[in-house]
Parts: sequence; structure tokens; C-alpha cells
Amino acid sequence: AKEKERKKERDRKRRRNVARRASSARKQGNELEDRPGREERRGRKKRDKEGKGKGGEDERQEEVKNDTVAKTQKNFSNENTRKLEQKEVEVVGEEDGDTEEKRKNGRSEKGGKKEDNGRGETVEKKQKKKRVETSEEHESSEEEEDEEEKVGEEKPEVLSPEELEKLKEEVDERKKLISTLRGKPWPMRKKLLTLRESHEFVEKYEGALGKGKSRKLYAYKVMMLKKWMKFQRDFENFKTACVPWEMKIKEIESHFGSSVASYFIFLRWMYGINMILFGLTFGLVMVPEALMGRPYGSMPRKTVPRADEANAMDFAVLWDFGGYAQYSVLFYGYYNSQRAIGWLKFRMPLSYFLVGVGTVAYSYMVVIRTMARNANEDGGGDNNSFNFSWKMFTSWDYLIGNPETADNKFASITTSFKEAILEEQESRKDDNIHLTRFLRVLANFLVLCCLAGSGYLIYFVVRRSQKFALEGLESHSWWERNEVNMVMSLLGMFCPMLFDVISALENYHPRIALQWQLGRIFALFLGNLYTFIIALMDEINLKREEEEVLKLNMTIWEASLYNGTLGANSTAPPITVHPADIPRGPCWETMVGQEFVRLIVSDTMTTYITLLIGDFLRAVLVRFLNYCWCWDLEAGFPSYSEFDVSGNVLGLIFNQGMIWMGAFYAPCLPALNVLRLHVSMYLQCWAVMCCNVPQERVFKASGSNNFYMAMLLVILFLSTLPAIYTIVTIPPSFDCGPFSGKSRMFDVIQETLESDFPAWFGKVFSYASNPGLVLPFLLLMVLAIYYLQSTSKSYKQANLELKKKLQTQNEENKKKTKMAALKAAMDLEEAQKARSEAPRQQRKNNASQQSYTGEKNTVTGHLVSSFVFVYPPAPRGHRIPGPLPGNQWQPAPSVQRVPNSQRH
Amino acid sequence: MGTTASQLRKDLLSEYQELTFLTKQEIILAHKRFSELLSKEDRNIPTPRVPMEKVLSLPELKSNPFRKRICHVFSTSDMKDGSLTFEDFLDLLSAFSDSATLEIKSHYAFRIFDFDDDGTLDGGDLEKLVNCLTGETDDTRLTTEEMRQLISNILEESDIDKDGTVNLSEFQHVISRSPDFVRSVQM
Repeated sequence: AKEKERKKERDRKRRRNVARRASSARKQGNELEDRPGREERRGRKKRDKEGKGKGGEDERQEEVKNDTVAKTQKNFSNENTRKLEQKEVEVVGEEDGDTEEKRKNGRSEKGGKKEDNGRGETVEKKQKKKRVETSEEHESSEEEEDEEEKVGEEKPEVLSPEELEKLKEEVDERKKLISTLRGKPWPMRKKLLTLRESHEFVEKYEGALGKGKSRKLYAYKVMMLKKWMKFQRDFENFKTACVPWEMKIKEIESHFGSSVASYFIFLRWMYGINMILFGLTFGLVMVPEALMGRPYGSMPRKTVPRADEANAMDFAVLWDFGGYAQYSVLFYGYYNSQRAIGWLKFRMPLSYFLVGVGTVAYSYMVVIRTMARNANEDGGGDNNSFNFSWKMFTSWDYLIGNPETADNKFASITTSFKEAILEEQESRKDDNIHLTRFLRVLANFLVLCCLAGSGYLIYFVVRRSQKFALEGLESHSWWERNEVNMVMSLLGMFCPMLFDVISALENYHPRIALQWQLGRIFALFLGNLYTFIIALMDEINLKREEEEVLKLNMTIWEASLYNGTLGANSTAPPITVHPADIPRGPCWETMVGQEFVRLIVSDTMTTYITLLIGDFLRAVLVRFLNYCWCWDLEAGFPSYSEFDVSGNVLGLIFNQGMIWMGAFYAPCLPALNVLRLHVSMYLQCWAVMCCNVPQERVFKASGSNNFYMAMLLVILFLSTLPAIYTIVTIPPSFDCGPFSGKSRMFDVIQETLESDFPAWFGKVFSYASNPGLVLPFLLLMVLAIYYLQSTSKSYKQANLELKKKLQTQNEENKKKTKMAALKAAMDLEEAQKARSEAPRQQRKNNASQQSYTGEKNTVTGHLVSSFVFVYPPAPRGHRIPGPLPGNQWQPAPSVQRVPNSQRH
Repeated sequence: MGTTASQLRKDLLSEYQELTFLTKQEIILAHKRFSELLSKEDRNIPTPRVPMEKVLSLPELKSNPFRKRICHVFSTSDMKDGSLTFEDFLDLLSAFSDSATLEIKSHYAFRIFDFDDDGTLDGGDLEKLVNCLTGETDDTRLTTEEMRQLISNILEESDIDKDGTVNLSEFQHVISRSPDFVRSVQM
């Protein structure tokens, strides 16, 4: 029993000790807090307590409360000291030495506290030992402790509403601090300390804020918030882990700089888009038709015709996407025009149409959103005003880890500096302007000739291939059958080289030259593509004529069929003819789809083959023939190839354009493209790492990012134009595809509106699509664009104005300080003169003593004023409200101000 | 790494995550890399420091002209020898990670460029900066005339209050307009 009592006693002591510690800490920390106010409150509370007789409260509860309160108090005081420290730090600025000192101070303070604790404990032990002889001193200390304990007890009830409010604010502040801590340029230890302390503070005080039920709810909410935060963080981690090929790209980045890596990032972005397009077409068009549509062989459009059946499974035919491939879900012609299929009543034609539209709409959305984001990152405003500074501060690519690349980068930075200096020096005089102008015109003329020639060549080849096709493919050689694709690929390969040679004439700055080069290749590809499309249009018209003829023949054929059998018995069931035998139309949509698929395949093949031959084989030859060759192959003529970023990006863009163009007629195209991109990701990563050398001129990529995006947008627009044109103007084939039997493809919308929606909806729709409503709406949008444009322009103007104002203000301020300094110097001189003259004067005239002291006073006054002018916070640029980004960190101003102002 | 030194405590890990722009995997990877740099006897010290020479041998920093400055800026060592603790190392990685904000990047970039640690970029700092950027060899180095011209151009552009030096806020102003600063200061 005694033992127990002792234990209890010890416990109580410890608790007291804690309270004492807390209060002492508070004493240390709470210097700033209004002490008298608290004392007063304490008194009031005491009185309150006495009045109400709250003393009969459950002791246990009190004790528990006591304990927690002590803790919180300690925390609070801790927090206060920290806050003080922080304030000071903020005042002083980010001077490292200072903060370090502060931190040390803080630590030593804490150490002191710990010592205190230690002493307290030893005291306790002593008490335990010499329990019997309780000295007076101890008693007095206990009394003190008791009193302090009382203070501790009363604390929780002390929280008045305004204090609560304050506390809440502080907690919120803490939370904000926690969330922004990672953005603070402090050393990690300081951040860690701050984080831990604020976490503790928030934890302790969040509970204290609520009361009763609401406290529980509050705690629950806080807990959930924490869980949510953790979940978010984990999700973020998961997301970054999910980004494919990150390590591969990082590795390339470290070897080749950011420009090569930007190509791979672009490739990955393309891959993502194509994945989504593929998901759309695959999930909403191909799979439903394959699962729920009528099976293969049930109707003519789903059967290989009798004439082709023999070699429909041959690899050569399948490679050309003929035979069984042609009569499958891969192409437009296979789809049935049945309005609803399967037990789901899936609206197949509608789905087909909407997926086609959705593909285009989604692509537009993504491209434009990315462009807008890039433009935002560009910052806007005055763009070229910091030409040199940007070159200086941002030209190093911190990703470069390869010494060879670093050397190249050094060289390119030096040249760019030199060029910039030269440009600056010779911006006015331009000596050989006539010659350069002539050369540039000549170069452009040559390029135009090339473009026209290539366009004609393609037109010629396509025309020839049509002739061959009419005569029948079998009688021609492989080259004649694949002429179009081969010619297009070859042109795409060799014309850029030609342009490269021509552009040497022009003598442009390399960056501008690169853009010209890109523009020309772009024009070439575009021209080729459009000639191809025009030729295709011709073919479509041919097919449609054929179709008309066939329709006529069809009726004759049917009639003959009926006539042949009618003679036997008149009530015969409908004649069953195998679907493979029924004559059918040429189905121009499938033909278009096939053309595009073939084009993509041959394009992919050329890309891979050039990669293998041009890069890999060359690298191998250079590497191994170098041992037995008369000149240095690695450094000399053939050397290793560089990675051609712009060419590859352009290839990618055009490939995508073809996908967009053909995806409506060949739903398999996105799938094909996903496959291609996937393979080229691995293949090109490997090729770059093993057989390319870093570029001689290391360009930074991001500046031209939007350039590529703009190209992509143009391509998107241009590739959707023909697709939309064919959809809107040309009637679909009568016996194949989901829209067969309709006069136009978009009639499917009308049909759905009429049969699937209530009547009023159709009415509303027809009203809404009335030109009387659409035109004003368009007008409104144009006006809105105009308005936004003009406001943005005015903002830019205002920005410039503000900048000018800032500059003039600064100059004025400087003038003022200069004047003041001058005046002060003059006054000082005068004063010295006066002082040197004064004794003489005194000797001469004692009577003027009064005036002399007066003069001295004024002199000291001047001196003071001069110091006031020299030392003070002469306003610097960033203090004045303006468009400058604010910052907390300022170098200690006064020290550097003095020499500055004295310099003038 | 099976040693206990390479294990990061879980709570510490989550704190690091909260304080840096790095993900969990990246922190673990960083820790692995860091403990590989440590020598055997250092591993038992509670807060080991990696000397600057070892940090500089990292492939990411090997060919960076500012590598010494980077170490000095991020080091919290009292001896100013550029040695890094793991926390300093994390600070470094966080500032150079691609999700770090422009503000923090520009702050550290400024301190890296501020060769004499006086809080402003003056002519001397700029000259050293240009020399770092153009490399050590003589054929890439600029002549004094070019250097003078370049520095005066830079000061003309970015020294907004015309006091002959570029301070942090001017630097941040210039940098924030630059299209590719955030991308360029990355590792």
C-alpha cells in the first residue's frame, strides 16, 4: 500500500514538474504576449470559479485535463519561440549565417530547457530519497508549483472567443505553411524542424478548437483530411510510376540534351492520343460489330467474292490489305446498315458516325489545349527584351551529363554569344544586302521548282496506277503495283536533303534556317499528300460511275435470275444465292481506307529501313572499317549520323495527319498507328543510344515546341477537310458500309432524331439548326474573340506603361538621393570650414558665442540629415508595386547602399 | 543495398515527400545513390557527409560547369567545403526536379550564379558566369572586348533599377519571362 502511495505521489510530482516546465517555457517564450491581460483573466476566472463552486469537479478528469493542458501549453510556448525566431529571420532576410546563428541559439535554448528538466528530475530523485526531511525550500518550491498548476488548470477555460479565433487563424496559418513549405528555399533541416513543429501544433490545437460533439467531428474531419492527403500523394506517386518510358527518355536526355529528348516526349504524347483514338474506335465500332453484328459470310458485303476466293488467304494479298483483310471489321465496307444490332440494340451506324466525329473533335481539343498551355508557359508580354540575359542565364542545359555533349554545348553557347554580339554591333549596317537578297530569292525559286516537280510526279504516278488498276493488277510487276507509295516515300526522303543543300545559299541564322527548312519540308509533304488526295478523288469519281453502271446491271441480273427460276414453279421460296456470287459495287470507301492503310504501312517500313541502313549500318561500317582505312572515318567524311529531330518530328506529324484523314474509312488505322509508335519508340531509342552522336549544334527544344504544335494543328485542319468534304458531299455506296441506302452519311443523325427521340426534341433541334439562329451565334463568337483579343492587347500595353513608369520613378529616386548626398557633402564642408574658423572668431569676438552654438546645432542637424539620406531604405525597384514578382528575400540593403550612393 | 544505413525510416520518408518535389520512388533512389557515394566508415555516423569531390563524380554533375557552385550553394557544412548531407542532397534534387516551382528554381539559380555570395550579380559574377558557360578551352573563350560588350548588354537589359548589379528580384523578373528557364534548370 505504501508502495502504491509512493507511486501516486511520484506521479503527481511528475505532473507538476511537467506543468512547471511548461510554465517556465512559457515564461521564456511568451515575452510578447500581453502578460497583464492574462493575469487579469486568470483572476477573473478564479473569481468565477469561486462563485460557481466548480471545485467539486471530478478530480480524475481534472488531472487528465491537466496533463493535456500542460502539454499543449508547452507546445504553444514552443511555437511562440519558434514564431519569434521566424519573424526575426524574415526581418533579417535569408542571410545564411544569420539564420544558422538563430538556429543555434534556438538549439542552445532548447538544450537549456533540457538541462532544466534534467535538474528537475534530479530534484525529484532527491525528494524520493530524503522524503522524510522536507526542507522549507522544497515546500516553497512546491507551493510555487502548485500555483502554477492552478494556472495550468484554468487555461482551457480561459479561451475566449477572440482567442479561439486567433488560435484558429494560427492553425490555418500553420497548415498553409505546411503546404507551402516545399516551395521555400531553406535548407532541409530547417524545413524538417518547421514541419514537425507545425504538425505537432496543428495536431494539438485542432483538437482543442472544437468542443464536445463538434470536437469529435472535427477530429474525424482532420483525420479524413490527412488520409485524403496521403491518398493523393500516393496517387501522385502512382501516376508518375505509370508514365511509360520515363527512364528511357531520361537516359537519352542525359546523353543528348533536351532537344532529342523532346522528340521522344512528343512521340509519347502522340502515343497517348492514339491510344485514346484506338480505344474509341475499337470499343465503340470494331468490337460491337464483330460480336453483335451479323457474322462473316451472311451477306455479300461480308463475304469475299467468288472470283477472289482462291487467293484471298495469300500473304501477298493480305499484305496489300485485300482478300480476307478487306472483308473484315478493319474496313468501312464490312459494316452493316442495320439500325440496331444485338440484344443491346446497339445503334451501329450512329455509333460509327459519332466516333468519326468524336475522333476529330477530341484531336482538336487536345492539340489546342496543349498549345494554350505552352503559350501560357511562354509568359507573354515583352518577349525579346531580355535576349542577352536569357542567353546568359538559361542557356545551359542542366540535363547534359555526357562530356562530349557538354563540349558541343560550350561551343554552341560561345557561338551564340558571339553571334548575338555581332548582331548587336551590325544591326544597322548591312553590306552585301543585294547579293543575299538575290541568293535568297533564287533559293526559294529552286525550292518551288522542287515542290512543283514532286507534285507533278505524284500526280503522274497516281494516274498511271489507276490505268494499271483498270487493266488488272496481276499483269504488272511489283514495282508498278507499289509505285505510288514508293515514289512518295522516296520523295519524302530525298527532297529534304535537296532543301538542305539549297538552304546553304541563303546564309540565314541557324535557328531561322531550321524553321525555313521545316516549313519547306512541311510544304513538300503537304503538297504530296494533297496531290494524292486529288488523285484519289478522281478515282472515287471513277468508282462511282462504275457503281452506276453496276446498279443497272444488278437489276438486269436479278430479273434474269427470277426469270430463270420463275418458269419452274411460281410459288417458289426466295431464291437462295450464295452471297459470294452476288455482284456488288466497287465500294469506294473501302478503297480509300485501303489506300491510306497501305500508305501508312509503306511509310513505316521506309522509316524503319532508313533507320537501319542510314544509322545502324553506317555506324557499324564506320566503327569497324576504321581499323583498316586510309583516313579517320569517325572524325572525317562519313562519321556517325546525328539524330534529326526536326525531320523525325515532321514525319510523326504527317503520319498523324494521314491517320486522321483515313480513320473514318478504315477503323483499324489508329490501332495500326499505336503499333507503329510503340515499335518506333523502342527502335529509335535503341538506335539513338547505339549509333548516333550528339548534335553539333545543341538546340534547346522547348522554344520550338509550339511551332511543332502549330504544324500539327494545321495538319489536323487540312486532313479533316477532305474527310469532311467526302462525308458531306459524296453519297455513300449503295451496298456496303453502315450508311448504305442513305443519300448522305449524316442522314443517320436525322434518322436517330426522328425515331429515337421524342417529337419535340426533333423540333427543337430543327429550330436550333436554323440558319437564322446559327448565323447570329457565329457572329457573337467572332465578336467575343475580337473583344478578348483587344483586351489582351490593352493589357500588354498597360504592362509596358507600368514598366516605363517604374524606370522613371527609379531614376527620379536616384536623382533625389544623389542631390541629397551632394547637399550633405557641401554642408559637411561648410561645417568643417565653420569649425576651423570658429576658434578664430571666438578669439576675435566673444560676444557672438550665442550665435556660434546655434550654428553648431545646425551643422549637426545637417550631418544627421545627410546620414538619414545616405543610409535609409532608399527605395529600390522591387519595393514599388509593379509587375515585378515579389519576393521575401532581400540582401541586407543598408550595407550595400552606402557605396552605391557614394559612387555618384 | 541490404545494410541498415540504406533503409529510410517510414515517417522520415513521408516527411521528405512533403518537403520536396520528389516522389517516393525518387527519394528512395536518391538515398540509394547517396549511400553508394558514402565510404564504409562514414555509414555509421548519424548524419554522414559526402565530400564535394565524390558528389562531383556523379554523372549528372560530371560535365556541368556549375558543379562546384551547386555543391557550395546546397551544402550546409560549417567548413564551407561543399560537402553534402543526405538532406542537402535531397534539397539539391528537389530544386532540380521538373516539378519544382519557378520561384525556387530561380532562387537557387541566382545563388549558383552569385559567385562571391554577396547577394547581387555584379560584373565579376557575370564574367565568371560567361567563362563557365563558354568552357575552359581558349578557342571558345570570349575576348575581353566581347566580354565587356556582353556584360554591358546584359546589365542594360536586366538591371532595371540601374545600380550596376542584378539583384534577386530583377533576376527573377527576367527569368520568369524566359520561355525555357524551368525546363533548362532540370536534372
